[in-house]
Amino acid sequence: MKALLIGEYRQGKLLDTTYELLAFADRLGAESALLLVGNQSQLPKYDGRLYLADAAKYGEYNPDLHKKLVLQAVERENPDCIVFVHSSYGWDLAPRVAAALKVGQVSEIVALNEGAFEVNVCNAKLRRTVTPARGLAPSGACPLLVLTIQAGAFTLAGEPQGTPQVEPLELSQADSGIEFVGYEAAEQKGVDLTRAEVIVSAGRGVGKKDNVPVIAALASALGGELGASRPVVDAGWIDHSHQVGTTGQTVSPKLYVACGISGAIQHLAGMKKADFIVAINKDKDAPIGEIADVLVVADVMQFVPAFTAKCAR
Amino acid sequence: MKILVCIKQVPDMESRFRANGDKTWYDEADLAFRMNEYDEYAVEQAVQLKEQLGGEPEITVLSIGPERTVEAIKKALAMGGDRAVHIQDDRYYQKDPWQIASIIASYAKGQGFDLIFTGMQSQDRGSAQVGVTVAELLGISCATTLVGFSYDGGTVTVKRELEGGIKGVAKLKLPALVTCQLGLNTPRYPTLPNIMKAKKKEIATFPVAELSQEAELTATAAIYPPAKKGGGIVLEGELGNQVDRLMGILKEKIAVLR
Repeated sequence: MKALLIGEYRQGKLLDTTYELLAFADRLGAESALLLVGNQSQLPKYDGRLYLADAAKYGEYNPDLHKKLVLQAVERENPDCIVFVHSSYGWDLAPRVAAALKVGQVSEIVALNEGAFEVNVCNAKLRRTVTPARGLAPSGACPLLVLTIQAGAFTLAGEPQGTPQVEPLELSQADSGIEFVGYEAAEQKGVDLTRAEVIVSAGRGVGKKDNVPVIAALASALGGELGASRPVVDAGWIDHSHQVGTTGQTVSPKLYVACGISGAIQHLAGMKKADFIVAINKDKDAPIGEIADVLVVADVMQFVPAFTAKCAR
Repeated sequence: MKILVCIKQVPDMESRFRANGDKTWYDEADLAFRMNEYDEYAVEQAVQLKEQLGGEPEITVLSIGPERTVEAIKKALAMGGDRAVHIQDDRYYQKDPWQIASIIASYAKGQGFDLIFTGMQSQDRGSAQVGVTVAELLGISCATTLVGFSYDGGTVTVKRELEGGIKGVAKLKLPALVTCQLGLNTPRYPTLPNIMKAKKKEIATFPVAELSQEAELTATAAIYPPAKKGGGIVLEGELGNQVDRLMGILKEKIAVLR
């Protein structure tokens, strides 16, 4: 089995998630080559072939050009699978590559199961195993597939090591219907949740904006900060600077209290390093229950005021 | 200008899910269906663009699915879509993203849509493949995960959401397809007069067999509930008792409660 792994590079830096691809290739038992549209001065620690295209020339992200670069490496490498992280880069680029090659794609793989790929459906309430339509070949190899892996699902056992043998990639034509204008930085104002020891977060289960002060009161009774899940930020109930998750802040408090948060994967990714997690949710099967140390099965708006009153006593 | 908005009807994610008889998808019995949340942002953005352009563009709403799908289509029409296409397919759930995208592309091909809006993914399957694949099949520009959209003189400027709160800004020339992320806008609630008006709008139906007949590229081997890791304490029952027990656990486990 041969895997072509597509690394990521942003704002002049190699992204650490690139190493998750190497961990996945290890789990697959695949011989791997890496591709990076990046820079010679920031190479991954990796003992193998690295196809390197210049980000200054092809854009840190231009999907049309990056697709062509991947296709060129596919031709040279002839892999069984092409692997991306399921990130804003991977989920954007992977289907373009799959469509160009007319091969199947499996998105956001969380585990391997006897050669088949496990993915979550319905907010992780069900799991699905996916195979290529033609099944696995007797050799254990699969027909060419494009795969994206869930960020954080596969990690390297040790420190990455090695120096890659670089093979430059070039395109003869570099025209595209997309023009990258630039990056817009995250807002700097607001709360720094990364240092908080206690975070009490509000999710959609809180019901409405008027109920947010009830959650804030618990946060203050516990001497902590108010956090939020994405839907309540999008709804304008709480400012973005309080958002915990992949598109907000990644936190590691001693105590994390999730109030009415079902536990979408993007939220879990931002808070699962908390030492102790309490979830209050009326749905006993909510995915947050899987990582909570304590799951209180209750209506948030009944439980939280009662608990806050008890804390205050 | 011609606009296409692709929507999907999905179950309420707060529901309990169990596998169907042949373990290929979830059992639809007892589930309440609604428009895929990401697609509501797609519909809203299309309607806002129509309003910006003085009502000139025509918005076609497209959805693939069984009879019940019409409910989601009607909502999109009540939000401001002009006409709709329902591609009837009772076995839609057995089709992989490649097949679904091929069906949409075979409908859209040659119709001269200037802009296509979709959600960035469905809430149930969540593959995030269909929109991009449609764009590839049609050979048009595409940007995903939009949290910002503006249109000016044939050029679309998008803000893509990247990790850690960073956004990537890009410009696309029409025709283009964009996939919409939560937070792009505030989807409107259909008003009663608009719901009444929507009843008169055309919903053309096509059996799926009249469109693409591409074979699947991936297949579902099985669907099942994830193994429970367990280990955590579950507090159920009477409220006062739950409060006392949580207090006891926190006092014991951590020193944050004094």
